[in-house]
Amino acid sequence: MEGVFQLQKQLVDYTASLFKEGFLDDQFNQLQQLQDESNPNFVVEVVSLFFQDSERLLNELTRALEQRSVDFKRVDAQIHQLKGSSSSIGAQRVQRVCIAFRNFCDEQKIEGCITCLEQVKQEYSLLKNKLETLFKVQMKRGEKRRRE
Amino acid sequence: MESCNCIEPQWSADELLMKYQYISDFFIALAYFSIPLELIYFVKKSAVFPYRWVLVQFGAFIVLCGATHLINLWTFNVHSKTVEVVMTTAKVLTAAVSCATALMLVHIIPDLLSVKTRELFLKNKAAELDREMGLIRTQEETGRHVRMLTHEIRSTLDRHTILKTTLVELGRTLALEECALWMPTRTGIELQLSYTLRQQNPVGYTVPIHLPVINQVFSSNRAVKISPNCPVARLWPVSGKYMSGEVVAVRVPLLHLNNFQINDWPELSTKRYALMVLMLPSDSARRWHVHELELVEVVADQVAVALSHAAILEESMRARDLLMEQNVALDHARREAETAIRARNDFLAVMNHEMRTPMHAIIALSSLLQETELTPEQRLMVETILKSSNLLATLINDVLDLSRLEDGSLQLDIETFNLHAIFREVLDLIKPIASVKKLLVTLNLAPELPEFAVGDEKRLMQTILNVVGNAVKFSKEGSISITAFVSKGETLRDPQAPDFFPVSSVNHFYLRVQVKDSGAGISPQDIPKIFTKFTQTQSTATRNSGGSGLGLAICKRFVNLMEGHIWIESEGLGKGCTAIFMVKLGFPERSNESRLSFIPKWHANQGLTSFPGLKVLVMDDNGVSRMVTKGLLAHLGCDVTLVGSGDECLRVVSQDHKVVFMDVCVPSVDGHEVAVRIHEKFTKRHERPLIVALTGNTDKLTKETCMRVGMDGVIFKPVSVDKMRSVLTDLLEHRVLFEAI
Repeated sequence: MEGVFQLQKQLVDYTASLFKEGFLDDQFNQLQQLQDESNPNFVVEVVSLFFQDSERLLNELTRALEQRSVDFKRVDAQIHQLKGSSSSIGAQRVQRVCIAFRNFCDEQKIEGCITCLEQVKQEYSLLKNKLETLFKVQMKRGEKRRRE
Repeated sequence: MESCNCIEPQWSADELLMKYQYISDFFIALAYFSIPLELIYFVKKSAVFPYRWVLVQFGAFIVLCGATHLINLWTFNVHSKTVEVVMTTAKVLTAAVSCATALMLVHIIPDLLSVKTRELFLKNKAAELDREMGLIRTQEETGRHVRMLTHEIRSTLDRHTILKTTLVELGRTLALEECALWMPTRTGIELQLSYTLRQQNPVGYTVPIHLPVINQVFSSNRAVKISPNCPVARLWPVSGKYMSGEVVAVRVPLLHLNNFQINDWPELSTKRYALMVLMLPSDSARRWHVHELELVEVVADQVAVALSHAAILEESMRARDLLMEQNVALDHARREAETAIRARNDFLAVMNHEMRTPMHAIIALSSLLQETELTPEQRLMVETILKSSNLLATLINDVLDLSRLEDGSLQLDIETFNLHAIFREVLDLIKPIASVKKLLVTLNLAPELPEFAVGDEKRLMQTILNVVGNAVKFSKEGSISITAFVSKGETLRDPQAPDFFPVSSVNHFYLRVQVKDSGAGISPQDIPKIFTKFTQTQSTATRNSGGSGLGLAICKRFVNLMEGHIWIESEGLGKGCTAIFMVKLGFPERSNESRLSFIPKWHANQGLTSFPGLKVLVMDDNGVSRMVTKGLLAHLGCDVTLVGSGDECLRVVSQDHKVVFMDVCVPSVDGHEVAVRIHEKFTKRHERPLIVALTGNTDKLTKETCMRVGMDGVIFKPVSVDKMRSVLTDLLEHRVLFEAI
């Protein structure tokens, strides 16, 4: 009993910190609301999909910006995708960087784009770590609950 | 050595006699020698002669006789012994041969005689055979002629050709002088000369059909010889001593289509005959032979059959032509009807829109006006305006409904409603008019009448209102009573619909409403016309009451749609009438009563908490946001289909999808174009799914563009559960989403 309670508190605190630091916004709450008996792992599924999608997009962006002549249209489309995905799950910081990225892309400033790409990658890996930790704690709590 | 039996010669007279004898003997000998020569000559000439040796014998006999007479010549004078000896020898031989011949002849002559008789017999037989041969040949010729005639007759199905050919061929075969055909006229009491062989255009001679000679011919199926003087045989004006040859007449049965029964070949069931008259040439001494008569009979039969075939063919071709004509006429009528329907539909569509728009403006503005501050008189005026315009709107809807009812495209809106409330509303609506006319209106609801029922509330109310309205309209004084109860299958039914058995069951009951008035009443013969649209009973009292005559017709259709029946009973003019109708309503479910609120639709503001089974389509090319949107809608209970591109969306979208959520801020997919395409695909408004744009662009331009391409609403991302819920509620209520945030 004690363990579960502690884990629960840990979970709540951690989640709150994520929100405070701006990693997540209200949209993530919405996702959590959608999780019910018919859809027990909804959040995990969506976030996993987001990770897959984003990694793919980031790789493509890297490659695209390494080209001699950059195809800005394609880059723009990919950033748009990334922005959409991140806003769907409430990844606020990633989304913000995407917006800046997009502006540079519209102005066709390669240096700005490369900088933004680095930033996006950084934010993304931060978010990924945090979310993975969050899920681990959730799982532990779930296990503990089942055991007791 | 006796001398021959010659007479002793005398001297002068004797010498003369001797000379004569001498000459005679000489000639006799000559003759005797020449006869066998002749015989041999002629026998050699003829091929057959069975008695040669008799001839030889005879020849020998003759020769010897001749020799005897020849030798006699030498015995007239003194003659030597040798001559005597020769004479004697000759005589002896002659004697022998003659005796032999005589004996032989006794045998032979009977034979010869019998040969002769046999020859005669054979000659007779040959003559007889010749005759028979002739007969057979004639018969065969006849048969050949018949076959040829039949072939000629049957080779055509044109009745004129048949008859003409018959006459020509018969004329040729039998070498006739004249051949004619008399056909019965339409009236059947005369025979008319229709075809002749020699004359080109027979003038219309007619002969009454009931002549004894004609009857005689008609009563037998053989060819009958008739007198050349009877009217049918006198084909052209006769002058002088004209002896026509023998005339024969035969009947030709004229078979008709209805003579051919399946099991009963047309034997004697036909009553109509034509008459064929054949005349032999007048200047020959020919007579009718049996085989010729047979030929004529056979030909007459064949002609009858051929004519019947021709008649059948004619009839079938006539029937076919008639059918084709009718087809054409029907086609034409159908096309006209289609044109008329299309014209009416176009008219109705236009009228619907054109008339409804101002109506709605009036109603909307009047109701808005009602909300403002008004003096009591003003309020009354505005209420009257509102009521009148509502009535007018109802009338427009009536006409539209009627046309839709007739098309069969009207469907009832089944839902749960408050039954008692309907009656109360009708009463409220009718009370003002009734009080103006000083009519007393009473409402009587049976206690077992359920408070809530399942059915089409709007149309039920329309029906009750119409019936009660009619009662009020046609009553100048008195009272109107409305009773409503549950029908328990009593025997009081409409005599015009004896098959209608209203029986309640667990799931439904029959509501029976009776509206009795004390007005003008209806005469019994007018009652069936009441429910015909646009007709009204033509009495001066009612003509002023107005109305388009549509009301009851529509009511009847509504009642029929509700599986019920409506009728009117009246005892006559001036005795009032009772309108009765029964409709089938369902019992509301127990759970629904508590869950759903029975506030009329236009008051509801709280949305439903979920939309079970609502089929929606989500188009978004971003996997993550797709999944999130799906999760959102699934949480609200919708049945979500996901597509990732515009093409896939157009492929998958169907009538079942009620809403299509489209992500339009995606540059690669032109959501606007998809919306336009969806509009094209679903032309009828109620079939088309609602299209809602999901976008992150909050600018006005995006919103305007979306509205322009025909989207029904715009939602800005991100969407929360509550927002989605209220969005769906609004959408399904109003079919359009004015609010975007």
